[in-house]
Amino acid sequence: MFFFITASVSVITTMGIIFTLVADAYKFFLEVPLSEFFSTKLSPLSADPSFGILPLINGTLFTTLIAMLVAVPIGLTAAMYLSEFATERTRRILKPMMELLAGIPTIVYGFFAYSFVTPILMKVIPSLEPKNVLSPGIVMGIMIIPMVASLSEDAMNSVPSAMREGAYGLGATKLEVTFKVVVPAAISGIMASFVLAISRAIGETMIVAIASGSSKNFTFDITHSMQTMTAYIVEFTSGDAASGTTGYYSLYAVGLLLFAFTMIMNLIAQHISHKYKEEY
Amino acid sequence: MQQAEVDMQTRDMKSKEDKSMENNKKGHVEKYVQIDSNRTKRRILLNVLAERLFSLSTLFALIVLGILLYRVGEQGIGWINLHFLTGRLSINPDKAGIYGAIIGTVGLMVIVIPVTLGLGVATAIYLEEYATKGKIQAFIKVNISNLASVPSVIFGLLGLTVFGRLLNLGSSILAGGLTLSLLVLPIVVVSSQEAIKAVPGFLKEASYGMGADKWTTIRKVVLPVALPGILTGAILAISRAIGETAPLVVLGIPTLILKVPTSLMDDFTALPIQIYYWTLDTVLTPEYANLAAATIIVLLVVLFLLNALAIFIRNKYQRSY
Amino acid sequence: MNAENENKLREIVYDVKGLNLWYGEDQALKDINMKIYQNEVTAIIGPSGCGKSTFIKTLNRMIENIPSVRTSGEILYHGENIFDKAVRVEELRTRVGMVFQKPNPFPKSIYENVVYGPKIHGIKDKRLLMEITENSLKSAALWDEVKDRLNDNAYGLSGGQQQRLCIARCLAVQPDVILMDEPTSALDPIATAKIEELIDRLKADYSISIVTHSMQQAGRISDKTAFFLMGELIEYSDTVTIFSNPLDKRTEDYITGRFG
Repeated sequence: MFFFITASVSVITTMGIIFTLVADAYKFFLEVPLSEFFSTKLSPLSADPSFGILPLINGTLFTTLIAMLVAVPIGLTAAMYLSEFATERTRRILKPMMELLAGIPTIVYGFFAYSFVTPILMKVIPSLEPKNVLSPGIVMGIMIIPMVASLSEDAMNSVPSAMREGAYGLGATKLEVTFKVVVPAAISGIMASFVLAISRAIGETMIVAIASGSSKNFTFDITHSMQTMTAYIVEFTSGDAASGTTGYYSLYAVGLLLFAFTMIMNLIAQHISHKYKEEY
Repeated sequence: MQQAEVDMQTRDMKSKEDKSMENNKKGHVEKYVQIDSNRTKRRILLNVLAERLFSLSTLFALIVLGILLYRVGEQGIGWINLHFLTGRLSINPDKAGIYGAIIGTVGLMVIVIPVTLGLGVATAIYLEEYATKGKIQAFIKVNISNLASVPSVIFGLLGLTVFGRLLNLGSSILAGGLTLSLLVLPIVVVSSQEAIKAVPGFLKEASYGMGADKWTTIRKVVLPVALPGILTGAILAISRAIGETAPLVVLGIPTLILKVPTSLMDDFTALPIQIYYWTLDTVLTPEYANLAAATIIVLLVVLFLLNALAIFIRNKYQRSY
Repeated sequence: MNAENENKLREIVYDVKGLNLWYGEDQALKDINMKIYQNEVTAIIGPSGCGKSTFIKTLNRMIENIPSVRTSGEILYHGENIFDKAVRVEELRTRVGMVFQKPNPFPKSIYENVVYGPKIHGIKDKRLLMEITENSLKSAALWDEVKDRLNDNAYGLSGGQQQRLCIARCLAVQPDVILMDEPTSALDPIATAKIEELIDRLKADYSISIVTHSMQQAGRISDKTAFFLMGELIEYSDTVTIFSNPLDKRTEDYITGRFG
């Protein structure tokens, strides 16, 4: 019985998250109509505050997109190398080193993006603002590479070697075996790793909080600052949002949406890997 | 055997008919798969190029890691001295020290370690040893894996509402520690579960065979054998907690805390938070970037030591049955 | 049938000369000398661990996928040493097809499985690919069973059908040798009979080498039989001779079931 109670802590935590988010988001929606919430005007601290979430969703989409553009090709090809090309010895050295990258706190990546990557990018793109979406997007992508590589590699590794032999026996090169046999066979695991990476990028906070700034404009220009949902929550709580104001409750509305987004991604990932499991 | 012989005879007859048919057909089918040595060369070249490119992808991440460490090291190492480690926070970059942040981080761990270990291991024991395979167990497992992927900033909101406001703990070490505990709980649960699962059945059976009850068996057999695995997981969870920033920021920790915390109810700052605020403020005071880099070095050294410890434990106590 | 073969001098496909093979420090094949002929079925028998699988996988250099493997000696394939630097395994394996112990179709449609080989060898013409599919499946005696569901996943087929699909996949690249590594060991007797029937038919066009753990199978389908023991080729001659009048005591012991 004692153990049952402790085990239920995790369930209570989940319920607690949902409850606090929903309860305070509810208070927010009592005051802010949905038409305002789904607008492009976000100015929580002005005299006549407006709580449009679209600039935040926009910022989140752009950072996530850039991160995925970096993480997917590099992560996937790294997984192909580790699983299909590298010798067992190389794999045993490289894989843990890569996972080391995943163990570095995101605040460190944030510092790296802001004080190293942004200045370099500014030399290439003179119009780049000190706070922009491009740099944190790229760094976030780098941070996610090990996740994509590791999960995809697991998926590719679990493809039975008999299947590879079939293709080698027909005179296929390693590259052909990789692209035409292993990847198709591991596609569910690979897709799941992408979806989990998206979920991770959406929820990533410190990199964007530091390097992409707090502009609440609705823009598509990645050389400019944009705010993500996560960065909004951080900015607002570390500032002075008094409890009970609409601004304070807006955190929970944004948080609820963020929670929903990542949850949906996780469910999709689980669905993909369950549905296509054990085809061979 | 006899059956097979009969089969063989009938088959011989059949195959003779078929063969004449096949032979006819063979005449029509031209050789379409031609071995074209230029094409093979191209395919092999492509394969070699791909291998190079893919190995570069793998190295890319490691190169970035190298640049990151070098960059941070170069910028921060000159700022690390005894005063920096033992001095108090100050607005003046030359006088600032991270003693308070170190104590804050230690304080957080004083909460996180017992709470996550207690809850995590107990949950794992329940799931692996007590829970009947069924809906409740499946539900808890799904729940834990989902919890593991909730963004940390959401945990911050939970902590802010429940610990900060509801329990009125404010932005104290206790509130921060409890928030982080919930955040890393899934890591401890999953790794403990795996460690417990890996305990061979015959050890448990031997214990039951001698008349021990379930709890005794868990205490005397399962836990000691699973301990290295549990500890490894716990250390990884702790390193995650040490580096976490977002949930603490959301709790509303004040920007500048000059006082070194003396109790778990005090407001505090911690290493990652200090990095965050200093990085944000580099616009005003450029030297803060160096302080942030120096703090990152301290943080990474701590994480490195923890990881080394985890690897040490795993290697030393790895048993084979 | 065997008597007929004896008189004919068939073309030599493989001429194995002094082949040695090591896994790390362990020698798995010791000084193998053996000739394999065109349009014959050559059975390779022996107790497990005798090196028969290793041997057949050396014939198309699949064995080299295992990192620690070393070889010495020569395997002449139509007069060319396959270990020669100029020989590309991709081309060798196009001419030497292989069928494996367990059916290993790709997790794709039946059609995609058959055209995999032709496609990597640059054939893109849809009509030709369809023709290849039909011919290969017919040759593998599978066409009638699957012609209406070529786009279904290959894993929907029974084990025996899967193995015949693997044979069709192998035939689709038009090899002149087919190596089979215990192709029926995972199949039931009925599926096994079908494959054996198929092998008998295919030898009109191909040279077939088959590793088998079943002496009855070797007796039923092969023209020549090689008996391997502990990495050595003990005896190699016409199947009839091996089974009725073996020269070596060890062969006799194995065949009469005294060990193995």
